[in-house]
Parts: sequence; structure tokens; C-alpha cells
Amino acid sequence: MSPVLSISAATKTYKTGHTALHAIDLAVEKGEIFALLGPNGAGKTTLISIICGLVSLTSGRITVAGHDIVTGYRAARGMIGLVPQEISLDIFATVENTVQFSRGLFGKTPAPAYIEQLLRDLSLWEKRGARVNELSGGMKRRVMIAKALSHEPDILFLDEPTAGVDVNLRRDMWDLVRRLRQKGVTVILTTHYLEEAEEMADRVGVIDRGRLVLVEETAALMRKMGKRRLSITMQQKLTEIPPALAAWPLRLEADGERLVYEFDANAPETGMPHLLRELAAAGIDYRDLETGRSSLEDIFVGLVENGV
Amino acid sequence: MSAINLPGIWAIYRAEMARTRRTVLQSVATPVLTTVLYFIVFGTAIGSRMHQVGGVNYGAFIVPGLIMLALLTQGISNASIGIYFPKFTRTIFEVLSAPISGIEVVVAYVGAAATKAVMIGLIILVTATFFVPVRIMHPGWMLAFLVLTALTFSLFGFLIGIWANSFEQLAIVPSLIVTPLTFLGGAFYSIDMLPQPWRTVSLFNPVVYLVSGFRWSFYGVGDVSLAVSLIFVLGFMALCLAVLSWMFRTGYRLKP
Repeated sequence: MSPVLSISAATKTYKTGHTALHAIDLAVEKGEIFALLGPNGAGKTTLISIICGLVSLTSGRITVAGHDIVTGYRAARGMIGLVPQEISLDIFATVENTVQFSRGLFGKTPAPAYIEQLLRDLSLWEKRGARVNELSGGMKRRVMIAKALSHEPDILFLDEPTAGVDVNLRRDMWDLVRRLRQKGVTVILTTHYLEEAEEMADRVGVIDRGRLVLVEETAALMRKMGKRRLSITMQQKLTEIPPALAAWPLRLEADGERLVYEFDANAPETGMPHLLRELAAAGIDYRDLETGRSSLEDIFVGLVENGV
Repeated sequence: MSAINLPGIWAIYRAEMARTRRTVLQSVATPVLTTVLYFIVFGTAIGSRMHQVGGVNYGAFIVPGLIMLALLTQGISNASIGIYFPKFTRTIFEVLSAPISGIEVVVAYVGAAATKAVMIGLIILVTATFFVPVRIMHPGWMLAFLVLTALTFSLFGFLIGIWANSFEQLAIVPSLIVTPLTFLGGAFYSIDMLPQPWRTVSLFNPVVYLVSGFRWSFYGVGDVSLAVSLIFVLGFMALCLAVLSWMFRTGYRLKP
């Protein structure tokens, strides 16, 4: 199957001479949920803005379902819905009008039934006659989403969709993303909340300083880079790692109160029981044990810090 | 998708016209009141001393100039705000991300601004008939000038709206350039009445040609010939279109 979004050697150099993207290559399949991760200023929004037509491409080529975003911009943009990071709405328009406006702008004839369903799905139907400036921040964000979906796009871009969003909206948003996926809509999102990417995304791409440093299936990434850790809280603080345990890759945390053992999450032998037996043999008392799995955040920080 | 995004043009046009409806008092009542004031001040005060200009009653003589004044200022302000405001509030992102061409965007914004300017021009014309005996010798040409001028200056306003980076810049061109040119452009007098060298200087004022052609369509007299007036309007329009096409090609101040 040919990808719905294909990016090859996409480079962006601003007039100031700043290169925001260095030859990005990426292919996203239809129906996929793809998360772009990266620190602020890494180039996530620039990449999305280029695909959506807000920023011009310096060199390289991007196609949407085979349509070049420059020469075939009509077909390409017609398939895309964008929810930008910032809320920007015509505050004097009513909810229904502004959503209908978006649909028209994207070249679609009115579809009252579709718009009604969309507004209902986003809990906006009751507010359809309200002016946008009468709405709360959360409702405004819902309006932004409704506008982006008004023309039934095949690809939805969500730029930091849950930044500063309350729990309800966050949950509704993820429900919506799941429903969209069932309909075959491709969703590309950027986020700072790594647990979201971990939970929602099929694949993850990490951008750092304008370079796509890694693209991997979320599950595979977790398997490959994921570590488990055993954290042992001591009865008495340790000043150093006991010589009897020198063979283990241990470190002290919390002023010597905690002994931490990190190991490969996929190793057949965790070594945990063995370690605990050796602790007991060395006469070291502990009062608590905790095991955990490293999050995408840990992996991500590791990747960016090491400058992969 | 068809070759032309008609629903897109219509959506922008309608949204712009809705903006006019929301501000109907400011949009319609203001120009009418201003016109009435002009009639009281210029028509009555000056008209009582100066009865006729070129065989035309002075009050009636200033009507085409007043309409032009409104067309220029309304065209420029409507179109410049129309495009500047979405830039300011950043809602412009939606237009930029839509499958709509630069030409279609211009047609929609400029079309809406020109529609409003023409409507106001006609309202002033109707208002004027209550005060002075207005007659229109060439209604076809009158309408043509009305529409062409509204379109041209709406285009000019659109350029200003794209160029402006602040509300101050948005106001500079209309207030510092267009208003003086209009007042010195023969709206309230015939340039024949000016002493030299001002008569010659006036010929460098583009507004003279607009007012002259428009006044000719009313009373059959003008400071310059109809052809010269027409060439000027069309030439200025072509210039605006050329600048616009350059702006869209380079993404000037819209698309980094």
C-alpha cells in the first residue's frame, strides 16, 4: 500500500538563515496514528505547517495520497484537516456558522446532517447558536476540532492537542481519535505528553533540532529501548554500594536511601530474585520494593540527550 | 474537486458580508451622516455664495466627488481590515491551509469589500437626491465607474492589509495619503478654479481622474477626458493586480 503522506528530503530554511528542518524523510500509512515527539523548537510545528500550506517548503517533496503539496495543492489540502496549537477563531461568528464556513472554504457543499453529527460528537450541538467569544477555552478548542473535521478530511493533524486541556476534553479527544481511526482517517499529532503517544500512537517519530532522529513502532520502541527498574528502599541509608554487590549494575538514589537496579525489560532472566538473595546474604535490610517500566519519556530524554 | 473552489469563495464572501451586517450602524449610518454633513457645510455654506460650477448647481456638482470619496475610503478600509484582521487574530491559517487559490481569495475578499463600497455609494447617491437636483446623463458609465473604482480601491486596500504589520500601518496609508489626495482631487471644486501652478500639480493626483470621469457620467463635464479617466482606473487596477500576484508568488507576509 502506498503511504497517504510521503515526505522526502523536506528541508526548510527561513529567510533569517535558520534551518528548521534538515532533509526529513517520512512515510505515514493510511489509518495510522502517528505521534511526532520532540522538544520545543525541534521543528514539529514547522513540519506540520509545511504539509498544510502555512509555510513554504525550501526543498524536497511532500505528497498527500500522491498529490504534490505544491503543484497539486488543491487535492492535497482538500484531504487535510488541521487543529493548530493556538486557538484562533472568528470570535463574532456563531459556532455553527464558523464550522460551516470551514466546510465551504475547503470546497465542500453544505451537509447539515454531517455537521449536526459532528457538533453532537463534540458536545457542541447545544451551543451551535452561541457566539464563539461566549464560549469557555475548552469549548473553543472543541470548535477548532469541529472546523478541522468539517470537510471530512482523510488526514487530521493535531498540533499539541491536549496542552492545557481539562480531563474531560482530553478523554473526549482520544475517543474521537479512536473513532476517526476506525473510519480510516489518518491522525498525525504532536505532543509533549509522552504517555499519550505511548497509549495512542501506532508509531512514534522523534524530531530533534530539525532532524528526524528516530521512527519506530511504539510497541517495538518500548520493547527495544524499554528498561525495567527495581527500586529497593533501605532500612538504613547506605553511603556506598556494598562491596558484596559490586558485580551488579546498581546505583544509589535519594541520598543512599534507595538502591536502584535497572535491567532490560525483555531479558529472559530478570535477575531480581538472585539480587534479593544476595542482599539478604550480605545482611542488608530493606523495607520496600518497587518495580516499574521506563516510560517513553525516559527513552525520549535518553535519545535527545545522547544526540542520536 | 472542480477547477474553481466556488464554495470557498462563497464562504469568505458571506463571512465578510456578515461582518458588514454586524456593524450596520457603523457601515451604513456613518457614511450617510457624513454625506449629510458635507451637504450642510459645503452645499449650503459654500453653495450659497457659489451657485454654479461649469453650468452645474454647486450642490449637485459635489455629489460625484462625495460618492468617490466614500468609494475610495470604504473600499480601502473594508478590504484592508478584511484581510488584516484574520492576520492579526491568526485565523488566516485556515484560509492558507484551504484548497483555495490566491486569486480566489482575492475575488472573495475584494468582491465583498467592493460590494459594500458600491452599496454605500448608492446610498449616498440616494441621500443626495433629497438635497440637490442630481441627474445622471450616462447611467451605464456611472455604474461602470462606480464598480471599477470600488474594485480597484478594494484591491489597493487588500494590498495594504497584507502589507500592514500593525493597526497603525493599516491606518497610515488611508489617512496620510488617500484622504489628502481625495480632498485635493477636485471632489469639491473643478481644478480649473485653481491658480497655477496648482492646476498642473493636480494633474499628478490620480484622484482627479477618477472624480473627473465619474462627474462626466453625471453631468457630461469633466476636468479631463473620459478616456484618460478610464485608462487611469484600469492602469491602477493592473498595477495592484501585478503587486498582488507578486505577493502571492513569494508568500509575502503571509507565508514564511
